[in-house]
Amino acid sequence: MTGWAPLLVAGAACYAIKLAGLSLPQRFLGAPRVQRIVPLLPVALLAALVATSTFSTGRHLVLDARAGALAVAVVAVLLRAPFLVVVAAGAATAALLRLV
Amino acid sequence: MFTGASQFAYIGVVGAGGNLWAGAATAALLGTRNALYGMRLATMLQATGLRRFAAAHFVIDETTAMAIARETPADSRYAYWATAIALFALWNLGTLIGALATHLLPNPKALGLDAAPPAAFVALLAPRLRAREPLAIAFAAALVALVALPFVPAGVPLLIVAALVVIYGIRPR
Repeated sequence: MTGWAPLLVAGAACYAIKLAGLSLPQRFLGAPRVQRIVPLLPVALLAALVATSTFSTGRHLVLDARAGALAVAVVAVLLRAPFLVVVAAGAATAALLRLV
Repeated sequence: MFTGASQFAYIGVVGAGGNLWAGAATAALLGTRNALYGMRLATMLQATGLRRFAAAHFVIDETTAMAIARETPADSRYAYWATAIALFALWNLGTLIGALATHLLPNPKALGLDAAPPAAFVALLAPRLRAREPLAIAFAAALVALVALPFVPAGVPLLIVAALVVIYGIRPR
């Protein structure tokens, strides 16, 4: 059961955050610092996730086929490709790079 | 946990060998933006009582985008619930298919599936980079995470990044 506890807590926290948004008086969430920080959190966390999921295995920095996949995914995003196309292009690139 | 980026982040941290609680914290931090969405939606949805508890579950990027693009509160409510029901059904159907079907794949790495998460995170990140400040923060966050990575347990670089963002945002200007 221990493996489920963090997942259940995360799920409960994500739901509570949404409910708070619908329920709290505007002055709490409307505070300038909240308005500044909250939109920046996903930017920073997603960028960090891009970096770590591309250039690391465990606690080691590595440069492998995923770097090529990331480059292709970035190009796909710049070309305004839909989400699934970006993901498929990234995966296909890594698969191809490993074949050669 | 019906908020896609948080799901991906949790799996990203745990899949990389990170602590489960680090994954949970990252998922919750990524979900904080939904509070601001909820604040914007509150006046449109006018959901009270039990309806508010139901509506809260579906406060995500997509439902917010569809709801705030409408002219009247009634249209917003319709867009919100239609998007919520369609996305919830299809998202969880997709998850179920993935859970049942992936063990049929003999070698996920040969298919490049380990490169799918970075591509997915890029696709989720890109729409948030339309100004100079978020772009600079994205590059700084990526750099900080990679520098910290060899020295701390998996998942912790993300928490360091989140803490730095809070410090950056809280300072007087």
